[in-house]
Amino acid sequence: MTAAPTLSVRIREIEPLGASLKRFALEPAHGGELPTPAPGAHILLTLRDGGRVMKNAYSLVSPAAARDRYEIIVRRVAQSRGGSAFLHQQAREGDVIDIGYPVNLFPLQAKARKHLLIGGGIGITPLLSHLHLLKARGLKFEMHQLCAPEEAGVFEALLAPYGEAGEILVHGTGRARFDLAGILARQPLGTHVYTCGPRTLMEAVATTASALGWPAGKIHKESFGENSGGLPFKAMLARSGIEVEVGETQSLLEAVEAAGIDAPCLCRGGACGECKVSVLEGEVEHRDDFLSAEEKASQGAIMLCVSRARGARLVLDL
Amino acid sequence: MTLQFKPDETFRKDFTYRNSDAGILRFPFPFPEDEYMYSVNIEPHVRGGPTAAFQAAFDVDEHYVAECRERALVLAEDPKRCQVLPHMELAQWDTLELIMESLAADYPDLFSLSKDGDLWTWVNKPLSIQQTFTFGKADTLPCPPFEYITRQAQGDFTLQDQREDNLYVDGGMVTTQADWSLEFDIGMSFHEWHGPVPLAHEKGVFDRALKYLLRLQYGQPVRRLNWTMTINPRLDTSPENYPVWGPDRTTITPENVAEKVHLRVELQTLFRLPRSNAILFGIRCYLASVAELSRVPKWRKRLHRVLRDLHPAIQEYKGLPRYRQMVIDTLAPFDDGAPLSKGIQSDLTAL
Ligand code: FES
Repeated sequence: MTAAPTLSVRIREIEPLGASLKRFALEPAHGGELPTPAPGAHILLTLRDGGRVMKNAYSLVSPAAARDRYEIIVRRVAQSRGGSAFLHQQAREGDVIDIGYPVNLFPLQAKARKHLLIGGGIGITPLLSHLHLLKARGLKFEMHQLCAPEEAGVFEALLAPYGEAGEILVHGTGRARFDLAGILARQPLGTHVYTCGPRTLMEAVATTASALGWPAGKIHKESFGENSGGLPFKAMLARSGIEVEVGETQSLLEAVEAAGIDAPCLCRGGACGECKVSVLEGEVEHRDDFLSAEEKASQGAIMLCVSRARGARLVLDL
Repeated sequence: MTLQFKPDETFRKDFTYRNSDAGILRFPFPFPEDEYMYSVNIEPHVRGGPTAAFQAAFDVDEHYVAECRERALVLAEDPKRCQVLPHMELAQWDTLELIMESLAADYPDLFSLSKDGDLWTWVNKPLSIQQTFTFGKADTLPCPPFEYITRQAQGDFTLQDQREDNLYVDGGMVTTQADWSLEFDIGMSFHEWHGPVPLAHEKGVFDRALKYLLRLQYGQPVRRLNWTMTINPRLDTSPENYPVWGPDRTTITPENVAEKVHLRVELQTLFRLPRSNAILFGIRCYLASVAELSRVPKWRKRLHRVLRDLHPAIQEYKGLPRYRQMVIDTLAPFDDGAPLSKGIQSDLTAL
């Protein structure tokens, strides 16, 4: 897909929640309403620290009905790429930042009879937006949150508005004491499980559930795996005689257009075949649904709208 | 320009439906080239482009009032034209929110929406409706939310639930369709639903389209044009009503062909909905007679070429063989064979 439209927001409030957690409320910088935040959706923040640009994705924790602000919870990570440290140390109330349109790769399933949520640590965030909806609609759910013992209080407070003990459990006693298989085994037919947290937890949920016979369609993991970006590279446009730089969050098509070249395109999502261009040199990382497996293997063509270079440089017949 | 509605025109019996000059020029003519073949001709649904019909999220034109009345007539005869499966309730509210907000933003002189928390007030001036209701509470509206808002919009709508890497038609308001039936299709998966289209399967068109749609993002709607032909400006050409419209096809003569045969264009739009993650599929139908389209030199030549060279399987599927040759014969004298500009724009600013 194309890069989603960007929104400009102002930090309305920063609220410390615990030693390493802060909640940020973001309001539209120019008034009006924000797009309805889909339960499970995340947004990409563009943070600028001097000349340095950082892009970080955070789940929205505010309810779908709230359009005057978005809320995110950010954990300060010791080995941060910079984004979370920047938000914790430098961001101030009143600052204006750019965010992307909400993207939802972790939606609730309409046909589920019951929703089982399993969060690990900061993985609680998309589940909080699920809980808003589940609670507001009176749907059946059960939530388990794993965390470090010293954070149990913080998570209990975050979850308190959404249910009774029994429906919502905070496990601050370590993974070893958490009876994942038992929980999965006693769910009624028609339950869907949603998990977000450390990779090891999400994998444990998925493998345990499938070992117990859960169909794949009922197991859902959050993945911020937005397929649009990648490592930067250069594309030499042989016929136009120019070289374009393709940035981390930019598509090759966007970079070519930014250079003033009117490239063919229609769907901008790897489906229609319109943007196919011959590759003269370099290796392509194919991400489209248009080229056949043989065409992809032969490395003779690239779909500009979604695919990227595997190496540092591509030469295109454009 | 303010819209002049034609509240009394009809899509049945005496068929008084006509396009004004401006209406003809904004017609979404579907052929960018002299040749037609199935393809994934999907593009981002962004404002602007070669026809004014692309200027709003949901296009409202001079036929709005009459078309909403026609929908009410069809529903009165057959309430099953609107059905939504129970698990799609959130998608119903998503649809209402999207259509109300879009109409109010795109046509502030015709529609308005004001909100006081969950208490919303909707004003639809062309249909003289004012309604206060609680968002999320179905019993505060005179009918279910999806039906409520799609009774006030032109074109058909279906709701697709996404699950197990597929899309299922789990709801719809379908009163202006080109020979397909919601009653028959409801609950079907993407490939079941697109089953009968010739040539498209061999080309893998539907596999690609499905993969693309599964990734469709909120805030980035897409559109495509599709087409067929209909005798008389009849919106409801449903299979249920075949006995009513089927015989129309035998009434075409060289004398009446230009007035009676209509190009039927569907502006299809797809929107990802936020709360439900469902996809709203809008199928907006535009009708223009061959005579009306012939007033645009580029279009009459291109229509001639497309019909003349159309693949036999596609002709058959679209039900054209009975009268296709008559349309070609009417248009042929006006086609000098000169090359035409690429794209669907009329190349005219006035008629
Ligand atoms: S623009 Fe459609 S495949 Fe690239």
